[in-house]
Amino acid sequence: MSKKTRVVVGLATCGIAAGGVSVMDELRREIKKRKLNVELAETGCIGYCFAEVLVEVEKAGMPKVTYGDITTKDVPELVETHLVQRKIWREKVLLIEGRKTAEADFLKRQKRIVLRNCGLIDPESMRDYMKKGGYEGLKKALTKMAPEEVRAEVLAAGLRGRGGAGFPTGQKWDFCARAEGADKYIVCNADEGDPGAFMDRSVLEGDPHAVIEGMIIGGYAIGATHGYIYCRAEYPLAVKRLRLAIREATRKRFLGKNILGSGYSLDIIVKEGAGAFVCGEETAMMASIEGSRGMPLPRPPFPANKGIWGMPTNINNVETFANVPWIIRNGARKYAAIGTGGSKGTKVFCLTGKVRRGGLAEVAMGTTLRDVIFGVGGGIKEGRNFKAVQIGGPSGGCLPAALLDTPVDYDSLPAAGAIMGSGGMVIVDDTTCMVDLAKYFLTFTQMESCGKCIPCRVGTKRMLEVLIRICEGRGVPGDIGLLERLAYDVKDASLCALGGTAPNPVLTTLRYFKDEYKAHIFDKKCPAGLCVDLVTFHIEPDKCTGCGVCVRNCPSDSITGEKKEPHVIDIETCIRCRECLRRCRFDAVYTV
Amino acid sequence: MPEELRVTIDGKRCSGRRGQTILEVAEENGIWIPTLCYDPRMAPYGACRLCLVEVEGARALMPACHAEITPDMVVRTENKRINSIRRTVIELLLSDHPVDCMTCESAGSCRLQDLAYNYGVKESSFKGETHSYHLLDDNPLIERDLDKCILCGRCVRICEEVVGAGVYGFVARGFDSIVSTPYDHPLEESPCLFCGQCVSTCPVGALTSKLSKGKGRPWELKQTDTVCPYCGVGCTLTLWTRDNEVVNVTAPVDKGVNRGNLCIKGRFGWQYISSSERLKYPMIRGKDGKLRKATWEKAISTVAERLTEIVKENGPDAVCGLASARCTNEENYLFQKFMRAVVGTNNVDHCARL
Repeated sequence: MSKKTRVVVGLATCGIAAGGVSVMDELRREIKKRKLNVELAETGCIGYCFAEVLVEVEKAGMPKVTYGDITTKDVPELVETHLVQRKIWREKVLLIEGRKTAEADFLKRQKRIVLRNCGLIDPESMRDYMKKGGYEGLKKALTKMAPEEVRAEVLAAGLRGRGGAGFPTGQKWDFCARAEGADKYIVCNADEGDPGAFMDRSVLEGDPHAVIEGMIIGGYAIGATHGYIYCRAEYPLAVKRLRLAIREATRKRFLGKNILGSGYSLDIIVKEGAGAFVCGEETAMMASIEGSRGMPLPRPPFPANKGIWGMPTNINNVETFANVPWIIRNGARKYAAIGTGGSKGTKVFCLTGKVRRGGLAEVAMGTTLRDVIFGVGGGIKEGRNFKAVQIGGPSGGCLPAALLDTPVDYDSLPAAGAIMGSGGMVIVDDTTCMVDLAKYFLTFTQMESCGKCIPCRVGTKRMLEVLIRICEGRGVPGDIGLLERLAYDVKDASLCALGGTAPNPVLTTLRYFKDEYKAHIFDKKCPAGLCVDLVTFHIEPDKCTGCGVCVRNCPSDSITGEKKEPHVIDIETCIRCRECLRRCRFDAVYTV
Repeated sequence: MPEELRVTIDGKRCSGRRGQTILEVAEENGIWIPTLCYDPRMAPYGACRLCLVEVEGARALMPACHAEITPDMVVRTENKRINSIRRTVIELLLSDHPVDCMTCESAGSCRLQDLAYNYGVKESSFKGETHSYHLLDDNPLIERDLDKCILCGRCVRICEEVVGAGVYGFVARGFDSIVSTPYDHPLEESPCLFCGQCVSTCPVGALTSKLSKGKGRPWELKQTDTVCPYCGVGCTLTLWTRDNEVVNVTAPVDKGVNRGNLCIKGRFGWQYISSSERLKYPMIRGKDGKLRKATWEKAISTVAERLTEIVKENGPDAVCGLASARCTNEENYLFQKFMRAVVGTNNVDHCARL
C-alpha cells in the first residue's frame, strides 16, 4: 500500500504573516477542484523564516520536497507539476530530502534538540507529538525516577538557564525543592520580548507539548503544586496552542490529579502578560501573576525561597523546559556530550537583520559566531560586508568582525562584552551606523523601564538623549565621557537586570566602534551614511546614466539633469529621504 | 530573642540581630547611610539606590535598606565607586526636578536638598527633557506637585501598607511614570481619608500640607513634643510653633505609641487652637435664651443644681450622660461612675458610638 500524499503548510506566526493561511485555502480549493486524494496539514516554524510561506510535499515514489516563497499564485502550478505530473517544480525548491541544495546547509549545520519537532509535527496534534517520543520522558521520570534523581539528571546534563542568565537548572531546582512552603509554584517564562527574538514563540507555536512535558517533569522534581505559563499576550497563536495542549494533556492524564498513577498532581494555567518587557524579569513577573503592576523587587530573597504569594517558586524559560524531556529520555550523558566544558547542549538563535538566511538556528554550544552567521545564515545579504552582530537583544552587546571566531557559550560571550541572552542575533552590515544601533536598543529599554529605580528610569533617558544628540550632529566633546560614566553607574546601580544590562549596547559599541562616535561628534559625519542630519546625497557623474528614475521619485524635486546626461542633487533642498539611493540601479548615488 | 550577630561596618565592630538589615544595624551604631525611599514604617523597597553598600564577597553592591546582615559580614558604606553612584543618582534626580528651593515649602526638611548638600552637587551634569505637570490643588489640606515627585513610592506604600486605603498608585512607565489616584480623580473623590500620612513620608516637596503653607521655615520654628488631645490613644505629636502659634503638626517616627503615624484630626485638626471663635470659659444660658460668661464655680454649681432638680422631679432616668472621645479612659470611667453612683442612671454613652 502506498503512503498517502501529504501537503504540509508552515503556519506559525511567521508563515501566517507571510500569507500562509491564504496559501492553505488556495491549496484546499485547488486539490478539491482537481479531486485529488491528498492530506492537507499544518505545522509550526521549521526555521526557514527567510523563505516563508513554506509548503512541504510528501508523495509516494518521490523524495520529500520543501518549497519556499510560495504565494497563492504559485499554487496551481505547484499542484499541477508535483501532484499531477509527479515532477519536482524546480523553480521554488528549497530542499529535497537527501539531496544537496543551496539552502540545505541551513539545516545541516544545525543540531536540533529544542526544535526537534518544530516544523515536523502538527503542533495541535498530541498524537503527532507522541509519535515522536513525546511524554516518554515524563513517563520515565514519574514512574522510574525519584524527584531527586530527576534533579540530579538535569544537573549532570549541565543544562543552564536559556533565558539569558545561564544559571544551572538542576541547582535552581534543588534550591526550590529544599525550600519549605505549603504551596510551590513552577513557572514557565514565556514573556519573550527582545527585539529580533522569536525562539520561544517558535517553540510554543511549533511544539507546545515539549514545554508542557518539561514543566511537568520540573514540577515533579521540585514538588510543585501549581504551574503557570506566563506568556506575552502578543503571542495569541502560542497562547491558543498552549491552552489546547494543556487541555489534551489533561485529558490524557499527564496533567491534573495523580499523574500516571504516581501520586503527583499538577495543573498549569496560562497567564497572559499585558505588554511589559520588564515582566520577563522574574520578580516583576511574579508581581504580575499576583495581579500587581510588574515592578521588580530586590533579591534576596530569591523566588526559590519567597516567590508567588510568598511561596517557593521556580521560574525557567521556554527553551530550558523544552530541553528537559530530551534529557530525561536520552540521558544526561548524551546531552552533556554536546557543547563545551561549561556550556552543554545546544542554543537556539534567531538570525535577523542583514543576514541572507534569517530564521531559527539551533547549534551546539561552542559553535563560533562565524559558523552561525556564515555557515547557517549564509552570510550577509546582497554581498555586502559583515560589520557587527548584536547578541542578546537590548541587554546584550555588539561584537565586531574581529570577534567572529568567538564561540557561543556562557563564558566566551561575556568575556567579549556581550551575553548569551535569550538568543536574539541581529546582524548588521556596513550600511548600519553603530551609534544609531545603540540608540535603537536604548530607545527600547528606556521605553520599557518600569520607572521604579532612579538609575534606570532617568539614567537610560539621559543616555538616550546624548545618543540622539550625537546622531543629530549636536554632540559635544565630553559626550563620550558622559555616556561612559552614566553607562557604568546605570549598570552597577540599577535594581534589576533590565537596567543592569541596558547600557551594554552603548558600552560595546563604544568599546569596538569608538571611531564612529568620534566621527559624529568631532567631524559631524556619519561613516555609515545613515544619520540624516550628518549626510548629504550626491550623484557620481561617471556612473549616472541619466535614466531619470531618481528625478521621478524625488519628493522634493531636488534632482535635475538632461536625459541621458549625469544628474545633480541640490543638497540645499534635498530632504535626505534616501529614495534616490534606494532606487538607483547603477549605484550612482552616494552619501558624504 | 533572635540570635545576635557580629558584623563590621566601616571598620567598626557592631552587633545586630538576625533579621536586621544593614541599614538598621548601621543606624543603631551611629553610621549614616543615605536613603530616599526608606521609611521604617514600611517594608524596604530598594528603589532609590542611594543606600547601596559594598559587602565583602558579594558580586554586586547591595541595598542596605533591604539586605539582611549575615554572620561576620564586612560592610563598607562608602568608597569611590559608591560615592560616584550616589552623586549620579542625585544628579539624575535633579535633572528633572525644579530647583526652586527658595520658595519650596520643603526647603530645610527636604532629603534631596540635604543629599545635594552632603555630596556637593551644585547642579546636574545631565541636561534633557523635564516634566511640567499642573499643580494638584483640589482639596483644602494636601497639595500635590508632581514636578517635584521623585517616585520613591513612599506615599504609595504608606497608604497601602500602613493606612490601608491604597489611594495612590504608579501610572505609565519609565521616565513618564507618575503617582496618581484611581482614574486620576481628585483626592476628595478617591478613598482618601486625608490622614496626611503621605505628606508625612514625602521626602521632598511633592506632597505638602496646605495649612502650613508660607507659615515659616523649619529653622524658624520651635518644636515641642506633646500628646494629641483628640482621643485616648495618646499619639505623640510635635508642634511646630512660631510666636506662640501652632503652624504645623508632625509626629516623630521613633517615639510614642504611634511611631510617626497620625490621623486627620491629629495632623490637620489644630487650627482651632488660635481661633478667635474658640470657647475658653464656661457660659450659662439665661432665662432670656442668651449665653453669658461665667466662672467655673458658678457653672459647676448650676449644673449640680439642675441635675438635682431633674432627678427629684422626674427620676434619675430622665438624665442621660454623653462622654467624649477626647477624654482618657480614666476620665470616662469616672464619668460613668458619676452617672451610675451619683445620678443613679445607666443612661450613659460615648460620642464614638454615634
